[in-house]
Amino acid sequence: MRVAKFTTPLAITAFLMVVLFGALQAQPDAIQRDSLEVATDSLSPMPAVAPLVKPVNPSAEDTPNDAGNSMDIAWELGSDDAARVTKYQVMRSESPDGPYEVVGETTQGQSKFTDNTVAAGVDYYYRIVAVSDPLGDGVTNFASAESDIIGPAVSTGQWFNTRRLNVLLWTLVLSGSVIFYIYRAKGGGNLYIRKIAGIDAIDEAIGRATEMGRKVFYVPGINDMDDVQTLASIAILGRVARLAAESDTYLEVPVSKSLVLITARETVKEAYSKVGRPDSFREEQVHYVTDDQFGYAAAIDGMVVRQKPATMIYMGAFYAESLILAETGNAAGAIQIAGTAQPAQLPFFVAACDYTLIGEELFAASAYLAREPMLLGSLKGQDIGKALFLASIVLGTILQLLGLDFQWLLRVS
Amino acid sequence: MKREIPLIITFVAGCVFVIQYFIPHWPFNEFEQVFTDWFSIVQAFAIWLGALSLLKFSMLKIQRRQKDWYMSVIIIVGFAVMVAYGAYDGFVGMNANPAYSFRDPGTHFDWLYQNIYTPLTSTMFALLAFFVASASYRAFRARNFQATLLLIAGILVMIGRVPVGDLITQFLPESYRAANLADWIMNPLNATGQRAIMIGIALGTVSTSLRIILGIERSHLEG
Repeated sequence: MRVAKFTTPLAITAFLMVVLFGALQAQPDAIQRDSLEVATDSLSPMPAVAPLVKPVNPSAEDTPNDAGNSMDIAWELGSDDAARVTKYQVMRSESPDGPYEVVGETTQGQSKFTDNTVAAGVDYYYRIVAVSDPLGDGVTNFASAESDIIGPAVSTGQWFNTRRLNVLLWTLVLSGSVIFYIYRAKGGGNLYIRKIAGIDAIDEAIGRATEMGRKVFYVPGINDMDDVQTLASIAILGRVARLAAESDTYLEVPVSKSLVLITARETVKEAYSKVGRPDSFREEQVHYVTDDQFGYAAAIDGMVVRQKPATMIYMGAFYAESLILAETGNAAGAIQIAGTAQPAQLPFFVAACDYTLIGEELFAASAYLAREPMLLGSLKGQDIGKALFLASIVLGTILQLLGLDFQWLLRVS
Repeated sequence: MKREIPLIITFVAGCVFVIQYFIPHWPFNEFEQVFTDWFSIVQAFAIWLGALSLLKFSMLKIQRRQKDWYMSVIIIVGFAVMVAYGAYDGFVGMNANPAYSFRDPGTHFDWLYQNIYTPLTSTMFALLAFFVASASYRAFRARNFQATLLLIAGILVMIGRVPVGDLITQFLPESYRAANLADWIMNPLNATGQRAIMIGIALGTVSTSLRIILGIERSHLEG
């Protein structure tokens, strides 16, 4: 009985272990079978995908007004573009028989592409492929349709950019007007030039510095010599340096670009020589500070606060540092004259300076200060150009109000 | 010849730039890039002149014990530290495997740049807020009729640019609410004035360029 008492639970336990072991052994087979069934399913034929409508009327034309290194490709969208097309592939070959390579893609709904990788004078053949690839795996419900082959298309360079014809016309009109008045002035013609208060004030500002025995600071902006504003500024600096040399007032020019340093130094040196005071010029009058925008502003602010100049002249290209400089000069009690062609900075200068040359006045300043007939003639020509511009604006407004179409004038190409 | 050669170079370069703007065909289409490359090369060499000028100016100040000469000591020390660490990091980075640049994150130069140079620059930029406040205070004082108009326009634009502007003008018709009023001031009124200035600037640029190309404006060459 004692044996039976222990044998029965042992037998039950052994039986359960065998069943459990068998079940565990059987499980991988079941998993394997399931995966096999899935694999078998995936090998079964996909449901048929309806063919795509191919892009129609494809065209390849040389891009106008370029150097001959691009081609404009266009096509008409198929009827299933919105419903099924994922993208269009533009394929190119140098032979109609291929091989074709993908040179670009556009998204659904786009029917234009510019191929910027062509060489001038080479025959090219194009094919547009509409692709439907909803899952992006290139398999599921994938379909594509190729357009007819187009070509040969050849890209050529043009000798004139017709889109810029209107710019050329206006440039010729303005240049003609400037040159006409330059020659008229050369011939002794009397030219009236309106007074520009900001430029007239330069004499007064330098005189004030002379009386007070303090410095004049000239800040030529933070752009390099490839900016026309800096060139205009250097031209004004030449006149300012002459006035300063004549009145024996110390002129200091901190600059932020090395090329400006060289040009400004030569200009100031020449100005001192012109008025017969070459010995008064010292190289350290024109010195480099830093290329960094705010480092430059900080350095000038420091000098202004410590040295308290009588006059600050800002001429050239300025950005966010304009107000930092002008407000510090204002706080130091200097008379301040500014000029820039940066429209966004003009309000800051107007608020903080005594006189401001607005836009074109910066470019007129050198001629105005020089009072040379030829330079004044160019100013007159510039004003005539401006009058013609105004007339064209008024004419355009009238035509627009009358409902007459004059847009073709703007679409010369 | 000292003046003729720069004038000839200016004339040729100016004409080339004008021509390449209208003629896209080779070789004109490549001139702009060629001149830009030349300018970059000249600029790169010229940076030494700037650096030498800065050092000379500062050393003269120290030597002469001019007022605030200690500022020049700071300039020279700052300059020397940045150049020394830049050169050291560059040398070590060049010989490291993999090689790295002196400007890469983790270098001494980068640490100085991120922790000294950048905060100083940001501080200067931040000062602008205070300067705007002080300049606005002066500009917006209603001293005369024009200044009063400016004041009113400024207030309307500021109110129109914040959400509370529309909230306090809810009772008005749509087009008279603060945001729309601000847009009206900024677009037809402000933009018109800005465009007039820009047309003047464009004409001035053409005229000045013409004077320089033709050699009529020579003050940048002869003072």
